[in-house]
Amino acid sequence: MVKKTKSLDEVTIRFAGDSGDGMQLTGTQFTNTSAIMGNDLSTLPDYPAEIRAPQGTLFGVSGFQIHFGSTEINTPGDQCDVLVAMNAAALKVNLRGLVDGGAIIVNTDGFNDKNLKLAGYTSNPLTDNSLAKYPIYQADITKLTSLALADMNLPTKIVDRTKNFFALGMMYWMYNRSVDTTVEWIKSKFKNKPDIVEANTRVLKAGWNFAETTEIFNVRYDVKAASLPRGKYRNVTGNTAVALGLVVAASKAKLDLFLGSYPITPASDILHELSMYKEYGVKTFQAEDEIAAITSAIGASFGGALAVTTTSGPGVALKTEAIGLAVMVELPLLIINIQRGGPSTGLPTKTEQADLLQALYGRNGEAPVPVLASSTPSDCFNTIFEAARIALKFMTPVIMLSDGYLGNGSEPWKLPNVADIPDISPKFRKDPNNYLPYLRNDTTLAREWAIPGTPGLEHRIGGLEKQDKTGNVNYEPENHDKMVHLRAEKVERIANDIPLASVDGDEKGDLLVVGWGGTYGAIRSAVEAKRAQRKSVSHLHLKYINPLQKNLGEILYNFKHVLVPEINLGQLIKVLRAKYLVPAVGLNKVQGLPFKSSEIEEKIDEILEGKKA
Amino acid sequence: MSTLVEEVVSKSEPPATKYTTKDFQSDQDVRWCPGCGDYSILAQVQRIMPDLNIKRENTVFVSGIGCSSRFPYYMDTYGFHSIHGRATAIASGLKMARPDLSVWVVTGDGDGLSIGGNHMIHLIRRNIDVNVMLFNNQIYGLTKGQYSPTSEFGKVTKSTPYGSIDYPFNPVSLALGASGTFVARTMDRDPKHLQQIVKRAAEHKGTSFVEIYQNCNVFNDGAFFMFTEKESKDENVLYLEHDKPLIFGKERDKGIHLDGFRPTVVSLKDGKHSIGDLIVHNENDSTLAFILANMTYNASLPRPVGIFLSIDRPTYESQMTLQIKNAVEKKGKGDLEKLLGSGDTWTIQ
Repeated sequence: MVKKTKSLDEVTIRFAGDSGDGMQLTGTQFTNTSAIMGNDLSTLPDYPAEIRAPQGTLFGVSGFQIHFGSTEINTPGDQCDVLVAMNAAALKVNLRGLVDGGAIIVNTDGFNDKNLKLAGYTSNPLTDNSLAKYPIYQADITKLTSLALADMNLPTKIVDRTKNFFALGMMYWMYNRSVDTTVEWIKSKFKNKPDIVEANTRVLKAGWNFAETTEIFNVRYDVKAASLPRGKYRNVTGNTAVALGLVVAASKAKLDLFLGSYPITPASDILHELSMYKEYGVKTFQAEDEIAAITSAIGASFGGALAVTTTSGPGVALKTEAIGLAVMVELPLLIINIQRGGPSTGLPTKTEQADLLQALYGRNGEAPVPVLASSTPSDCFNTIFEAARIALKFMTPVIMLSDGYLGNGSEPWKLPNVADIPDISPKFRKDPNNYLPYLRNDTTLAREWAIPGTPGLEHRIGGLEKQDKTGNVNYEPENHDKMVHLRAEKVERIANDIPLASVDGDEKGDLLVVGWGGTYGAIRSAVEAKRAQRKSVSHLHLKYINPLQKNLGEILYNFKHVLVPEINLGQLIKVLRAKYLVPAVGLNKVQGLPFKSSEIEEKIDEILEGKKA
Repeated sequence: MSTLVEEVVSKSEPPATKYTTKDFQSDQDVRWCPGCGDYSILAQVQRIMPDLNIKRENTVFVSGIGCSSRFPYYMDTYGFHSIHGRATAIASGLKMARPDLSVWVVTGDGDGLSIGGNHMIHLIRRNIDVNVMLFNNQIYGLTKGQYSPTSEFGKVTKSTPYGSIDYPFNPVSLALGASGTFVARTMDRDPKHLQQIVKRAAEHKGTSFVEIYQNCNVFNDGAFFMFTEKESKDENVLYLEHDKPLIFGKERDKGIHLDGFRPTVVSLKDGKHSIGDLIVHNENDSTLAFILANMTYNASLPRPVGIFLSIDRPTYESQMTLQIKNAVEKKGKGDLEKLLGSGDTWTIQ
């Protein structure tokens, strides 16, 4: 039979299976192939904290959602159009995320009595008609996989592990993409294991051929390349973008990069990534704990390195005292928080934005720290570079906030031209004449960076209050008052050194949606949809949270209503209300998941239609 | 070292002219209590610094919190008086970033073994080339007299009115247990010995750990008098000297004999034992070091001081530097264009 091809602007697919089924890998491969085909895209890995949760259970389900298209893609998709479910539990957990009428592709082997029982089904949803509104494509992927490998005499365990490639092959056929990128990846990943290369490749192609030849699928889809700006692209996750940004920042600062870090989900990938870059002179140190991670970085900064520590919320809690030390000794330091669900251990693998107030205020004493937040995976590169620039210029620790959604999520990234990235190199003090450790630059109020090894500049720094200029220990009331003000003023003056805030949409109107961090894509989609309906709504997304940009108040006052969506109970909104006295309204959701743009659209309607304010 | 750093810092070569003790005295008033053992330690360290032939600007003293941690203010070198317990971690980062520097940690029994115990053992096991001087006064001085992790069992202090029920750490055993490569003990009231041991510690490549018995004359006066005062010292202290038999006593008439793995005191005058029966100290023998360290809280044995162990193992920072050097040799110096464009890329025309 001749199979039809339909053209689509955008599609959202969700791959779901056991946490040991390789769903993250499957999703990543589909993502890379789609990126290389020129689609714009956004991804959402969603996996449990357990590495290999008991098979077939609801809590062991691992999912990967990808939204790709020929149009601008800002979010991983509110709902998926296609659900690939490797077992009954994966179906049960993810069905509510499937659009009405969306396609379900299942591995029937994952629906035996045991699977059904573990998933809490009393009857088989594939046969009891409960899924009548969805087209279901059924294949015994487990059996088809083992048939494809029958002559290879591989252990069942290995055969079983390749079945995700069968599903991937089917999806490649269905969305008209080539298997080549994945075949190349398999070759390089398992280069010393020819058996595994052969098995995975064969199963991938078997999946593709199965979809091509059987009559289960009679339509395939075409999603054309998006019209992205000209340039060279790669797909990048937020965590990789941070790692790359750090290497570039160190190089542009002409400093060695030192990372002190302690493994923690979802930040560890930055440590993994940076530990590979030895030829760039990067020094990575896996410390004994979070405190040693940051204090070793402070030691390295004292010695003249671009020093960084990466972590997530619970780690920041442990580093708190040391951040205060960095404030006191006025040394440059980058603290990167890939936020996750809290409090305490919370939801290690889920996303949240609830560490903003911790970043702004979570220290003893008056300890001002600049805070920057990235808005998309690729924006993590720009944000960490900017954080480094500020830290070096103002001699201060800087906190960069990302989150699990940005850190693990990915999008196409147009590579910057290295030559266009500005030089941010600091000037170490060399002249021994009239040196005082706490003399300040008139404009920035930064003290000078004098590093050990420089003759004639021997001096002592520390956590005790400093005398203005000399840096000697000093407990006098007026001096303390002055130093507290100086440290605050220094951070405030960063506002003179950053671009003004700008609005997406009109500068004046009925409603301004103000966001920060990973909510960017969902807010942008929602605001664009509403603007297309000629609603008076604009979007402002904050990268600089401390200090805030100088024109922010002015912008806020130009709108009748201000809406602040956050994945917390309202943290930025507290700051905006306190500083600008605006009657901002919050939209808050704390489910370990990003916003859907439809949720924001509903709230926009509610405000504009005056139902509730 | 980055190019910017290289532009400002001195090469790590000996100073052109030899320093004097005075060159290491800073302009800050020393603020320890009159009579504190810290004064002697400071004086001895300042005295030996010129002999180390290291440029003053290449020397950094890092400390945490506590009486001993004021030390860096009084040395006219670079210094960092940091936060409680973290000096060892700060020094680790500094030494990794700048292997050219001579890095010292000054800490106490509370700072180094209680709040900073974790960083201490990890510094030692990594063998980062940092010189640790742990001033042990068996009490919390700065917070005015609570018991410390080295206070003796049953000690009555402000926070233990019924006596301490904590069993004390033996710092030397702890350092050996953490796979230390240089572990020693000395005393504030034995200036010559202190100078000699600290000098050896400075020369050691790798972490050197020196426990220094230090008298807190305000909150724990006389804690070590048995080992430091003329009347009692000879009978109670065993000086460890490499390649020499373990002899002690006012008349040098007693020695340490090994009965199985158990050290015992034997008399050299009773006609039953001679020098040949005594342990000959070997600072390169880690098994012996453990046995000698274990004598510490045994009341029937003299207290050993000196170098328990001194062995070679590659330092952490030298291996870190080597990995970077090898990677550059193998892959060429990192190129940013290549880095950003790594993995799968595509071009939109």
